[in-house]
Amino acid sequence: MNIKENIKTLLIEKPLKLDCGKTINNFPLAYETYGTLNKNRDNAILVFHALTGDQFVTGINPITKKDGWWSYAVGPNKAIDTNKYFVICANVIGGCMGSFGPSHENPETKKMYGTDFPVITINDMVNAQINLLDFFGIKKLFSVVGGSMGGMQVLQFVSNFPDKTKTAVPIACTSSHSAQNIAFNELGRQAIAADHNWSDGKYNLNNTVPDKGLAVARMAAHITYLSKKGLQEKFGRKLQERDDLKFGFDADFQIESYLRYQGSVFVDRFDANSYLYITRAMDYFDLVKQFNGNLSMAFKNTKAKFFIISFTSDWLYPTQENKDIVIALNAIGANVGFVEIKSDKGHDSFLLDVADFLKALKNFLDKSYSEK
Amino acid sequence: MKPEFKIISQLIDENSQVLDVGCGDGILMDYLIKEKKVNIRGIEISKTKVQNCIAKGLTIIEGNAEEDLQQFPNKSFDYVILSQTLQAFLNPEKVINELLRIGKQAIVTIPNFGYWKIRLHLLLKGTMPVTRTLPDEWYNTPNIHLCTIKDFVFFSKAKNFKLSKSIALRNNLPSDIKNSNLDMKNLSSNLGIFLIER
Repeated sequence: MNIKENIKTLLIEKPLKLDCGKTINNFPLAYETYGTLNKNRDNAILVFHALTGDQFVTGINPITKKDGWWSYAVGPNKAIDTNKYFVICANVIGGCMGSFGPSHENPETKKMYGTDFPVITINDMVNAQINLLDFFGIKKLFSVVGGSMGGMQVLQFVSNFPDKTKTAVPIACTSSHSAQNIAFNELGRQAIAADHNWSDGKYNLNNTVPDKGLAVARMAAHITYLSKKGLQEKFGRKLQERDDLKFGFDADFQIESYLRYQGSVFVDRFDANSYLYITRAMDYFDLVKQFNGNLSMAFKNTKAKFFIISFTSDWLYPTQENKDIVIALNAIGANVGFVEIKSDKGHDSFLLDVADFLKALKNFLDKSYSEK
Repeated sequence: MKPEFKIISQLIDENSQVLDVGCGDGILMDYLIKEKKVNIRGIEISKTKVQNCIAKGLTIIEGNAEEDLQQFPNKSFDYVILSQTLQAFLNPEKVINELLRIGKQAIVTIPNFGYWKIRLHLLLKGTMPVTRTLPDEWYNTPNIHLCTIKDFVFFSKAKNFKLSKSIALRNNLPSDIKNSNLDMKNLSSNLGIFLIER
Protein backbone atom coordinates (compact mmCIF):
# COMPACT_ATOMS: atom_id res chain seq x y z
CA MET A 1 0.00 0.00 0.00
CA ASN A 2 1.14 3.50 -0.71
CA ILE A 3 0.29 5.25 2.51
CA LYS A 4 1.61 8.67 1.58
CA GLU A 5 -0.53 9.41 -1.44
CA ASN A 6 -3.73 8.75 0.52
CA ILE A 7 -2.81 10.90 3.47
CA LYS A 8 -3.18 14.67 3.60
CA THR A 9 -0.55 16.27 5.76
CA LEU A 10 -0.08 19.71 7.23
CA LEU A 11 3.55 20.52 7.99
CA ILE A 12 3.60 22.51 11.20
CA GLU A 13 6.59 24.82 11.13
CA LYS A 14 5.76 26.74 14.29
CA PRO A 15 7.61 25.34 17.31
CA LEU A 16 5.44 23.45 19.77
CA LYS A 17 6.68 23.21 23.33
CA LEU A 18 5.64 19.84 24.70
CA ASP A 19 4.68 19.20 28.33
CA CYS A 20 7.78 17.01 28.70
CA GLY A 21 9.92 20.10 28.09
CA LYS A 22 11.09 19.32 24.56
CA THR A 23 10.17 21.50 21.61
CA ILE A 24 9.22 20.12 18.23
CA ASN A 25 8.87 21.96 14.93
CA ASN A 26 8.50 21.17 11.24
CA PHE A 27 6.45 18.13 12.11
CA PRO A 28 3.64 16.57 10.08
CA LEU A 29 0.02 16.49 11.18
CA ALA A 30 -2.05 14.11 9.07
CA TYR A 31 -5.71 15.00 8.67
CA GLU A 32 -8.84 14.29 6.66
CA THR A 33 -11.94 16.37 5.99
CA TYR A 34 -15.53 15.60 5.06
CA GLY A 35 -18.22 17.94 3.77
CA THR A 36 -17.66 21.53 2.67
CA LEU A 37 -16.55 24.58 4.59
CA ASN A 38 -19.23 27.25 4.04
CA LYS A 39 -18.63 30.87 3.02
CA ASN A 40 -18.77 32.19 6.59
CA ARG A 41 -16.45 29.39 7.69
CA ASP A 42 -18.67 28.75 10.68
CA ASN A 43 -19.83 25.18 10.03
CA ALA A 44 -16.64 23.34 10.98
CA ILE A 45 -16.55 20.50 13.50
CA LEU A 46 -13.23 19.24 14.77
CA VAL A 47 -13.59 15.56 15.64
CA PHE A 48 -11.00 14.01 17.96
CA HIS A 49 -10.28 10.30 17.69
CA ALA A 50 -9.81 7.80 20.50
CA LEU A 51 -6.80 5.63 21.37
CA THR A 52 -6.73 3.47 18.27
CA GLY A 53 -8.63 5.73 15.88
CA ASP A 54 -7.25 7.87 13.10
CA GLN A 55 -8.23 10.75 10.83
CA PHE A 56 -10.37 8.54 8.59
CA VAL A 57 -13.60 9.09 10.48
CA THR A 58 -16.10 7.81 7.95
CA GLY A 59 -16.39 6.18 4.55
CA ILE A 60 -13.80 3.62 3.55
CA ASN A 61 -10.46 4.09 5.24
CA PRO A 62 -8.02 4.23 2.29
CA ILE A 63 -5.30 2.48 4.26
CA THR A 64 -7.19 -0.34 5.98
CA LYS A 65 -9.95 -0.53 3.33
CA LYS A 66 -12.47 -0.87 6.16
CA ASP A 67 -15.26 1.45 7.29
CA GLY A 68 -14.05 4.52 9.14
CA TRP A 69 -14.25 4.24 12.93
CA TRP A 70 -17.20 6.62 13.28
CA SER A 71 -19.18 5.69 10.17
CA TYR A 72 -22.34 5.29 12.23
CA ALA A 73 -22.21 8.88 13.45
CA VAL A 74 -20.56 10.87 10.66
CA GLY A 75 -21.76 11.17 7.06
CA PRO A 76 -24.50 12.64 4.91
CA ASN A 77 -27.71 13.05 6.99
CA LYS A 78 -26.11 11.26 9.92
CA ALA A 79 -25.74 12.61 13.47
CA ILE A 80 -22.76 14.69 12.36
CA ASP A 81 -24.24 15.58 9.01
CA THR A 82 -21.56 16.13 6.39
CA ASN A 83 -24.15 17.75 4.10
CA LYS A 84 -24.30 20.50 6.66
CA TYR A 85 -20.99 20.52 8.51
CA PHE A 86 -17.35 20.56 7.51
CA VAL A 87 -15.75 17.79 9.55
CA ILE A 88 -12.03 17.85 10.23
CA CYS A 89 -10.14 15.08 12.00
CA ALA A 90 -6.41 14.81 12.57
CA ASN A 91 -4.33 11.83 13.53
CA VAL A 92 -2.98 12.64 17.00
CA ILE A 93 0.72 13.29 17.37
CA GLY A 94 2.28 10.11 18.68
CA GLY A 95 -0.04 8.21 16.34
CA CYS A 96 0.80 6.00 13.37
CA MET A 97 -1.38 7.24 10.52
CA GLY A 98 0.90 9.94 9.18
CA SER A 99 1.20 12.38 12.09
CA PHE A 100 4.50 12.88 13.86
CA GLY A 101 5.02 9.72 15.90
CA PRO A 102 7.50 7.14 17.13
CA SER A 103 7.64 5.39 13.76
CA HIS A 104 9.02 8.55 12.15
CA GLU A 105 12.69 8.93 11.37
CA ASN A 106 14.78 10.89 13.81
CA PRO A 107 16.71 13.37 11.62
CA GLU A 108 19.66 13.28 14.00
CA THR A 109 20.18 9.53 14.00
CA LYS A 110 18.50 8.77 10.65
CA LYS A 111 16.78 5.95 12.51
CA MET A 112 13.19 5.46 13.66
CA TYR A 113 12.51 7.33 16.90
CA GLY A 114 11.03 4.36 18.73
CA THR A 115 11.15 5.10 22.43
CA ASP A 116 13.40 8.11 21.79
CA PHE A 117 10.24 9.89 20.71
CA PRO A 118 9.22 12.47 23.33
CA VAL A 119 6.39 11.49 25.65
CA ILE A 120 3.35 13.46 24.54
CA THR A 121 0.19 14.46 26.37
CA ILE A 122 -3.44 15.22 25.53
CA ASN A 123 -2.49 18.88 25.92
CA ASP A 124 0.25 18.47 23.29
CA MET A 125 -2.21 16.76 20.96
CA VAL A 126 -4.70 19.62 20.97
CA ASN A 127 -1.96 22.24 20.82
CA ALA A 128 -0.78 20.59 17.60
CA GLN A 129 -4.30 20.41 16.17
CA ILE A 130 -5.18 24.08 16.77
CA ASN A 131 -2.95 24.81 13.76
CA LEU A 132 -5.66 23.30 11.56
CA LEU A 133 -7.90 26.30 12.28
CA ASP A 134 -5.41 28.75 10.83
CA PHE A 135 -4.76 26.44 7.92
CA PHE A 136 -8.45 26.41 6.98
CA GLY A 137 -9.00 30.06 7.90
CA ILE A 138 -11.50 29.18 10.61
CA LYS A 139 -11.88 31.77 13.39
CA LYS A 140 -14.27 29.72 15.47
CA LEU A 141 -15.37 26.11 15.15
CA PHE A 142 -19.02 25.24 15.38
CA SER A 143 -18.17 22.25 17.53
CA VAL A 144 -15.50 20.00 18.97
CA VAL A 145 -16.66 16.41 19.39
CA GLY A 146 -15.01 13.22 20.57
CA GLY A 147 -15.48 10.06 22.60
CA SER A 148 -13.13 8.42 25.12
CA MET A 149 -9.67 9.91 24.55
CA GLY A 150 -11.38 12.10 21.95
CA GLY A 151 -13.57 13.46 24.76
CA MET A 152 -10.48 14.26 26.82
CA GLN A 153 -9.18 16.26 23.86
CA VAL A 154 -12.52 18.10 23.70
CA LEU A 155 -12.14 19.14 27.35
CA GLN A 156 -8.51 20.13 26.95
CA PHE A 157 -9.28 22.03 23.74
CA VAL A 158 -12.01 24.14 25.32
CA SER A 159 -9.80 24.79 28.31
CA ASN A 160 -6.83 25.86 26.14
CA PHE A 161 -8.84 27.76 23.52
CA PRO A 162 -12.02 28.95 25.27
CA ASP A 163 -13.26 31.15 22.41
CA LYS A 164 -12.43 28.82 19.53
CA THR A 165 -15.62 26.78 19.55
CA LYS A 166 -19.31 27.46 19.88
CA THR A 167 -20.22 24.04 21.25
CA ALA A 168 -18.39 21.10 22.81
CA VAL A 169 -19.47 17.48 23.03
CA PRO A 170 -17.31 15.27 25.27
CA ILE A 171 -18.60 11.69 25.13
CA ALA A 172 -17.90 8.74 27.44
CA CYS A 173 -14.80 10.31 28.94
CA THR A 174 -13.27 11.68 32.09
CA SER A 175 -11.49 14.76 33.33
CA SER A 176 -8.91 12.68 35.17
CA HIS A 177 -7.74 9.21 34.17
CA SER A 178 -8.64 6.74 36.92
CA ALA A 179 -6.34 4.21 38.61
CA GLN A 180 -8.32 1.40 36.98
CA ASN A 181 -7.75 2.88 33.53
CA ILE A 182 -4.06 3.47 34.15
CA ALA A 183 -3.89 -0.15 35.29
CA PHE A 184 -5.46 -1.44 32.08
CA ASN A 185 -3.15 0.70 29.98
CA GLU A 186 -0.14 -0.55 31.91
CA LEU A 187 -1.25 -4.12 31.26
CA GLY A 188 -1.25 -3.37 27.53
CA ARG A 189 2.14 -1.72 27.62
CA GLN A 190 3.66 -4.58 29.58
CA ALA A 191 2.24 -7.09 27.11
CA ILE A 192 4.05 -5.23 24.32
CA ALA A 193 7.27 -4.93 26.30
CA ALA A 194 7.16 -8.65 27.14
CA ASP A 195 7.19 -9.53 23.45
CA HIS A 196 10.76 -10.44 22.59
CA ASN A 197 10.37 -8.72 19.21
CA TRP A 198 9.76 -5.38 20.84
CA SER A 199 13.53 -4.93 21.48
CA ASP A 200 13.06 -1.82 23.62
CA GLY A 201 11.10 -0.21 20.84
CA LYS A 202 13.78 -0.69 18.16
CA TYR A 203 11.96 -3.49 16.37
CA ASN A 204 12.24 -1.90 12.95
CA LEU A 205 16.01 -2.44 13.06
CA ASN A 206 15.36 -6.17 13.13
CA ASN A 207 12.52 -5.95 10.62
CA THR A 208 10.20 -7.53 13.15
CA VAL A 209 7.10 -6.33 14.98
CA PRO A 210 5.96 -7.22 18.48
CA ASP A 211 2.69 -8.47 17.06
CA LYS A 212 2.01 -11.03 19.79
CA GLY A 213 2.40 -8.46 22.55
CA LEU A 214 0.38 -5.84 20.73
CA ALA A 215 -2.37 -8.38 20.02
CA VAL A 216 -2.58 -9.30 23.72
CA ALA A 217 -2.71 -5.61 24.61
CA ARG A 218 -5.61 -5.17 22.20
CA MET A 219 -7.42 -8.27 23.46
CA ALA A 220 -7.25 -7.11 27.07
CA ALA A 221 -8.32 -3.60 26.15
CA HIS A 222 -11.13 -4.86 23.97
CA ILE A 223 -12.74 -6.61 26.95
CA THR A 224 -12.83 -3.29 28.79
CA TYR A 225 -14.69 -1.69 25.89
CA LEU A 226 -17.60 -4.14 26.22
CA SER A 227 -19.91 -5.02 29.07
CA LYS A 228 -20.45 -8.28 30.92
CA LYS A 229 -24.06 -8.37 29.79
CA GLY A 230 -23.14 -7.59 26.19
CA LEU A 231 -20.51 -10.32 26.13
CA GLN A 232 -22.83 -12.84 27.74
CA GLU A 233 -25.60 -12.10 25.27
CA LYS A 234 -23.37 -12.16 22.22
CA PHE A 235 -21.14 -15.12 23.11
CA GLY A 236 -22.29 -16.82 26.27
CA ARG A 237 -20.48 -20.17 26.40
CA LYS A 238 -20.97 -20.83 22.70
CA LEU A 239 -18.28 -23.01 21.16
CA GLN A 240 -16.23 -22.09 18.12
CA GLU A 241 -16.89 -24.42 15.16
CA ARG A 242 -16.90 -27.52 17.32
CA ASP A 243 -19.49 -29.65 19.08
CA ASP A 244 -17.63 -30.20 22.31
CA LEU A 245 -14.66 -29.05 24.35
CA LYS A 246 -11.33 -30.24 22.95
CA PHE A 247 -9.45 -30.46 26.27
CA GLY A 248 -6.65 -28.26 24.97
CA PHE A 249 -5.77 -24.61 24.59
CA ASP A 250 -7.14 -23.87 21.16
CA ALA A 251 -9.96 -21.37 21.02
CA ASP A 252 -12.80 -23.63 22.17
CA PHE A 253 -15.10 -20.72 22.94
CA GLN A 254 -16.38 -18.15 20.48
CA ILE A 255 -15.30 -15.34 22.78
CA GLU A 256 -11.70 -16.61 22.62
CA SER A 257 -11.80 -16.79 18.87
CA TYR A 258 -13.34 -13.33 18.69
CA LEU A 259 -10.65 -11.78 20.87
CA ARG A 260 -7.86 -13.50 18.95
CA TYR A 261 -9.32 -12.12 15.75
CA GLN A 262 -9.56 -8.63 17.22
CA GLY A 263 -5.92 -8.88 18.27
CA SER A 264 -4.73 -10.15 14.89
CA VAL A 265 -6.44 -7.49 12.77
CA PHE A 266 -5.25 -4.77 15.10
CA VAL A 267 -1.54 -5.52 14.64
CA ASP A 268 -1.93 -5.03 10.88
CA ARG A 269 -2.99 -1.43 11.32
CA PHE A 270 -1.38 -0.19 14.49
CA ASP A 271 2.15 0.50 15.64
CA ALA A 272 3.20 -0.94 18.99
CA ASN A 273 5.23 2.11 20.01
CA SER A 274 2.33 4.41 19.18
CA TYR A 275 0.20 2.26 21.47
CA LEU A 276 2.69 2.90 24.28
CA TYR A 277 2.80 6.65 23.66
CA ILE A 278 -0.91 7.24 23.30
CA THR A 279 -1.89 5.16 26.34
CA ARG A 280 0.71 7.15 28.29
CA ALA A 281 -0.88 10.41 27.15
CA MET A 282 -4.24 9.16 28.43
CA ASP A 283 -2.74 8.15 31.79
CA TYR A 284 -1.14 11.55 32.21
CA PHE A 285 -4.45 13.31 31.54
CA ASP A 286 -5.61 15.06 34.68
CA LEU A 287 -7.43 18.30 33.93
CA VAL A 288 -8.43 18.54 37.59
CA LYS A 289 -4.80 18.67 38.65
CA GLN A 290 -3.96 21.12 35.87
CA PHE A 291 -6.34 23.50 37.64
CA ASN A 292 -5.17 22.75 41.18
CA GLY A 293 -8.06 20.51 42.08
CA ASN A 294 -10.83 22.78 40.77
CA LEU A 295 -12.08 21.47 37.43
CA SER A 296 -14.48 24.40 37.06
CA MET A 297 -11.53 26.72 36.55
CA ALA A 298 -10.64 24.82 33.37
CA PHE A 299 -13.78 26.25 31.80
CA LYS A 300 -14.11 29.64 33.48
CA ASN A 301 -13.28 31.60 30.32
CA THR A 302 -15.50 29.79 27.86
CA LYS A 303 -18.98 30.61 26.65
CA ALA A 304 -19.18 27.33 24.75
CA LYS A 305 -22.34 25.30 25.08
CA PHE A 306 -21.54 21.82 26.38
CA PHE A 307 -23.38 18.58 25.84
CA ILE A 308 -22.08 15.62 27.80
CA ILE A 309 -23.06 12.04 27.03
CA SER A 310 -22.39 8.86 29.00
CA PHE A 311 -23.58 5.25 28.68
CA THR A 312 -25.18 3.07 31.36
CA SER A 313 -22.95 0.03 30.75
CA ASP A 314 -19.65 1.93 30.33
CA TRP A 315 -17.50 0.80 33.26
CA LEU A 316 -14.30 2.26 31.82
CA TYR A 317 -15.54 5.87 31.85
CA PRO A 318 -18.64 5.47 34.01
CA THR A 319 -21.50 7.95 34.19
CA GLN A 320 -20.25 9.42 37.46
CA GLU A 321 -16.96 10.52 35.90
CA ASN A 322 -18.88 12.21 33.08
CA LYS A 323 -21.23 13.77 35.60
CA ASP A 324 -18.29 15.23 37.49
CA ILE A 325 -17.68 17.36 34.40
CA VAL A 326 -21.34 18.43 34.37
CA ILE A 327 -21.09 19.38 38.05
CA ALA A 328 -17.92 21.41 37.46
CA LEU A 329 -19.63 23.28 34.62
CA ASN A 330 -22.81 23.93 36.60
CA ALA A 331 -20.73 25.28 39.45
CA ILE A 332 -19.70 28.20 37.23
CA GLY A 333 -23.07 28.60 35.55
CA ALA A 334 -21.82 27.29 32.19
CA ASN A 335 -24.35 26.18 29.59
CA VAL A 336 -24.33 22.41 29.93
CA GLY A 337 -26.69 19.61 29.00
CA PHE A 338 -26.24 15.99 30.00
CA VAL A 339 -27.77 12.67 29.06
CA GLU A 340 -26.95 9.10 30.04
CA ILE A 341 -27.81 6.72 27.21
CA LYS A 342 -29.15 3.27 28.03
CA SER A 343 -27.03 0.69 26.23
CA ASP A 344 -25.61 -2.80 26.92
CA LYS A 345 -22.69 -2.23 24.59
CA GLY A 346 -20.27 -0.84 27.15
CA HIS A 347 -17.74 1.88 26.45
CA ASP A 348 -17.84 1.02 22.74
CA SER A 349 -21.44 2.30 22.61
CA PHE A 350 -20.30 5.63 21.23
CA LEU A 351 -18.80 3.91 18.17
CA LEU A 352 -21.79 1.68 17.50
CA ASP A 353 -25.27 1.96 16.10
CA VAL A 354 -26.93 3.08 19.34
CA ALA A 355 -30.06 4.89 18.16
CA ASP A 356 -30.72 7.00 21.29
CA PHE A 357 -27.13 8.21 21.31
CA LEU A 358 -27.07 9.14 17.63
CA LYS A 359 -30.44 10.86 17.96
CA ALA A 360 -29.32 12.95 20.94
CA LEU A 361 -26.06 13.92 19.24
CA LYS A 362 -27.82 14.91 16.02
CA ASN A 363 -30.52 16.88 17.80
CA PHE A 364 -28.04 18.75 19.94
CA LEU A 365 -25.82 19.72 17.01
CA ASP A 366 -28.60 20.59 14.56
CA LYS A 367 -30.58 22.63 17.12
CA SER A 368 -27.47 24.47 18.29
CA TYR A 369 -26.48 25.17 14.69
CA SER A 370 -29.88 26.66 13.87
CA GLU A 371 -29.60 29.01 16.87
CA LYS A 372 -26.80 31.02 15.33
CA MET B 1 -50.10 23.08 28.09
CA LYS B 2 -51.07 23.05 31.76
CA PRO B 3 -53.26 26.06 32.73
CA GLU B 4 -50.84 26.94 35.54
CA PHE B 5 -48.04 27.72 33.04
CA LYS B 6 -49.58 31.06 32.12
CA ILE B 7 -49.66 32.08 35.78
CA ILE B 8 -46.10 30.88 36.35
CA SER B 9 -45.02 32.98 33.39
CA GLN B 10 -46.69 36.07 34.89
CA LEU B 11 -44.62 35.60 38.05
CA ILE B 12 -41.33 35.68 36.14
CA ASP B 13 -39.32 38.72 35.01
CA GLU B 14 -38.04 38.91 31.47
CA ASN B 15 -34.48 37.76 30.69
CA SER B 16 -34.08 36.05 34.04
CA GLN B 17 -32.13 32.87 34.85
CA VAL B 18 -34.52 29.98 35.46
CA LEU B 19 -34.23 26.32 36.43
CA ASP B 20 -37.20 24.02 35.82
CA VAL B 21 -36.94 21.03 38.15
CA GLY B 22 -38.74 18.00 36.74
CA CYS B 23 -39.25 19.79 33.44
CA GLY B 24 -40.83 16.83 31.64
CA ASP B 25 -41.04 17.37 27.89
CA GLY B 26 -40.00 21.00 28.27
CA ILE B 27 -43.36 22.54 27.42
CA LEU B 28 -43.07 25.14 30.17
CA MET B 29 -39.43 25.83 29.23
CA ASP B 30 -40.41 26.48 25.62
CA TYR B 31 -43.28 28.71 26.73
CA LEU B 32 -41.10 30.78 29.07
CA ILE B 33 -38.41 31.23 26.41
CA LYS B 34 -41.10 32.57 24.06
CA GLU B 35 -42.98 34.69 26.60
CA LYS B 36 -40.19 35.96 28.83
CA LYS B 37 -36.95 35.39 26.88
CA VAL B 38 -35.54 33.59 29.91
CA ASN B 39 -32.26 31.72 30.05
CA ILE B 40 -33.64 28.41 31.25
CA ARG B 41 -32.26 24.98 32.19
CA GLY B 42 -34.20 21.84 32.96
CA ILE B 43 -33.62 18.78 35.12
CA GLU B 44 -35.53 15.64 34.27
CA ILE B 45 -35.25 12.03 35.45
CA SER B 46 -36.96 10.29 32.52
CA LYS B 47 -34.61 9.39 29.67
CA THR B 48 -37.42 9.60 27.10
CA LYS B 49 -38.39 13.08 28.24
CA VAL B 50 -34.75 14.18 28.27
CA GLN B 51 -34.53 13.09 24.62
CA ASN B 52 -37.67 15.07 23.82
CA CYS B 53 -36.15 18.18 25.37
CA ILE B 54 -32.89 17.73 23.42
CA ALA B 55 -34.96 17.43 20.24
CA LYS B 56 -36.47 20.82 21.05
CA GLY B 57 -33.02 22.32 21.50
CA LEU B 58 -33.50 22.89 25.24
CA THR B 59 -30.63 22.75 27.71
CA ILE B 60 -31.45 19.77 29.83
CA ILE B 61 -29.62 17.74 32.45
CA GLU B 62 -30.69 14.19 33.09
CA GLY B 63 -30.87 13.83 36.82
CA ASN B 64 -32.75 13.35 40.02
CA ALA B 65 -33.81 16.52 41.82
CA GLU B 66 -33.28 14.94 45.23
CA GLU B 67 -29.59 14.30 44.47
CA ASP B 68 -28.58 16.60 41.67
CA LEU B 69 -29.64 20.04 42.90
CA GLN B 70 -26.67 20.16 45.25
CA GLN B 71 -24.29 20.81 42.35
CA PHE B 72 -25.71 24.28 41.76
CA PRO B 73 -24.15 27.16 43.68
CA ASN B 74 -26.17 29.35 46.06
CA LYS B 75 -28.54 31.78 44.33
CA SER B 76 -27.43 30.73 40.86
CA PHE B 77 -30.94 31.21 39.45
CA ASP B 78 -33.48 34.01 39.71
CA TYR B 79 -36.28 31.45 39.80
CA VAL B 80 -36.42 27.72 40.39
CA ILE B 81 -39.68 26.13 39.30
CA LEU B 82 -41.20 22.98 40.73
CA SER B 83 -44.46 22.29 38.95
CA GLN B 84 -46.67 19.62 40.54
CA THR B 85 -43.69 17.53 41.59
CA LEU B 86 -43.20 18.29 45.28
CA GLN B 87 -45.58 15.53 46.32
CA ALA B 88 -43.44 12.88 44.57
CA PHE B 89 -40.28 13.45 46.60
CA LEU B 90 -39.14 11.27 49.48
CA ASN B 91 -38.13 14.37 51.39
CA PRO B 92 -40.08 17.44 50.20
CA GLU B 93 -38.68 19.63 52.97
CA LYS B 94 -35.13 18.98 51.80
CA VAL B 95 -36.10 19.76 48.21
CA ILE B 96 -37.75 23.06 49.23
CA ASN B 97 -34.60 23.98 51.13
CA GLU B 98 -32.51 23.25 48.04
CA LEU B 99 -34.83 25.30 45.81
CA LEU B 100 -34.48 28.27 48.16
CA ARG B 101 -30.72 27.82 48.35
CA ILE B 102 -30.04 27.76 44.59
CA GLY B 103 -32.83 30.17 43.60
CA LYS B 104 -33.41 33.74 44.69
CA GLN B 105 -37.08 32.79 44.49
CA ALA B 106 -38.89 29.54 43.85
CA ILE B 107 -42.23 28.81 42.25
CA VAL B 108 -43.95 25.72 43.62
CA THR B 109 -47.27 24.41 42.42
CA ILE B 110 -49.18 21.69 44.24
CA PRO B 111 -52.29 19.69 43.43
CA ASN B 112 -54.62 20.59 46.31
CA PHE B 113 -55.71 17.51 48.24
CA GLY B 114 -58.15 19.70 50.12
CA TYR B 115 -60.21 20.32 46.96
CA TRP B 116 -63.89 19.60 47.68
CA LYS B 117 -64.16 16.93 44.97
CA ILE B 118 -61.32 15.00 46.56
CA ARG B 119 -62.84 15.36 50.02
CA LEU B 120 -66.21 14.24 48.69
CA HIS B 121 -64.66 11.26 46.91
CA LEU B 122 -63.12 10.01 50.14
CA LEU B 123 -66.24 10.84 52.17
CA LEU B 124 -68.77 9.19 49.89
CA LYS B 125 -66.84 6.44 48.14
CA GLY B 126 -64.43 5.65 50.96
CA THR B 127 -61.57 4.98 48.53
CA MET B 128 -58.44 6.99 47.76
CA PRO B 129 -59.42 9.84 45.44
CA VAL B 130 -58.59 9.55 41.74
CA THR B 131 -59.00 12.80 39.80
CA ARG B 132 -57.82 14.43 36.60
CA THR B 133 -54.83 16.06 38.34
CA LEU B 134 -54.20 12.94 40.43
CA PRO B 135 -55.01 10.10 38.05
CA ASP B 136 -53.17 7.23 39.78
CA GLU B 137 -54.43 4.52 42.09
CA TRP B 138 -53.07 4.47 45.66
CA TYR B 139 -50.85 1.46 44.86
CA ASN B 140 -49.10 2.90 41.83
CA THR B 141 -49.09 6.62 42.49
CA PRO B 142 -45.74 8.44 42.51
CA ASN B 143 -47.43 11.00 44.76
CA ILE B 144 -46.33 9.91 48.20
CA HIS B 145 -46.46 13.29 49.95
CA LEU B 146 -49.73 14.91 48.95
CA CYS B 147 -50.84 17.97 50.83
CA THR B 148 -53.49 20.67 50.80
CA ILE B 149 -53.11 24.39 50.14
CA LYS B 150 -53.61 24.94 53.84
CA ASP B 151 -50.91 22.39 54.68
CA PHE B 152 -48.48 24.23 52.43
CA VAL B 153 -49.28 27.59 54.00
CA PHE B 154 -48.76 26.10 57.49
CA PHE B 155 -45.58 24.43 56.26
CA SER B 156 -44.19 27.81 55.12
CA LYS B 157 -44.84 29.26 58.57
CA ALA B 158 -43.29 26.30 60.38
CA LYS B 159 -40.19 26.32 58.18
CA ASN B 160 -39.81 30.08 57.97
CA PHE B 161 -40.03 30.79 54.31
CA LYS B 162 -42.02 33.63 52.86
CA LEU B 163 -44.99 33.22 50.52
CA SER B 164 -44.53 36.27 48.29
CA LYS B 165 -47.51 35.26 46.23
CA SER B 166 -50.14 32.59 46.78
CA ILE B 167 -52.54 31.87 43.97
CA ALA B 168 -55.37 29.37 43.86
CA LEU B 169 -56.61 27.88 40.63
CA ARG B 170 -60.21 26.85 40.25
CA ASN B 171 -61.40 25.68 36.86
CA ASN B 172 -58.36 27.42 35.40
CA LEU B 173 -59.37 30.73 37.03
CA PRO B 174 -56.74 32.25 39.31
CA SER B 175 -57.42 34.10 42.55
CA ASP B 176 -55.28 35.28 45.44
CA ILE B 177 -55.07 33.24 48.59
CA LYS B 178 -55.17 35.33 51.76
CA ASN B 179 -55.35 34.49 55.44
CA SER B 180 -58.98 35.58 55.42
CA ASN B 181 -60.05 33.25 52.61
CA LEU B 182 -57.69 30.33 53.20
CA ASP B 183 -60.38 27.83 54.25
CA MET B 184 -62.54 28.76 51.29
CA LYS B 185 -59.70 28.55 48.73
CA ASN B 186 -58.54 25.28 50.23
CA LEU B 187 -61.98 23.85 49.56
CA SER B 188 -62.72 25.36 46.17
CA SER B 189 -59.37 25.13 44.31
CA ASN B 190 -57.74 22.19 42.63
CA LEU B 191 -54.27 23.75 42.47
CA GLY B 192 -52.07 26.06 44.52
CA ILE B 193 -49.29 28.20 43.03
CA PHE B 194 -46.76 29.77 45.38
CA LEU B 195 -43.93 32.19 44.80
CA ILE B 196 -41.65 31.60 47.75
CA GLU B 197 -38.41 33.02 49.09
CA ARG B 198 -36.38 33.03 52.26
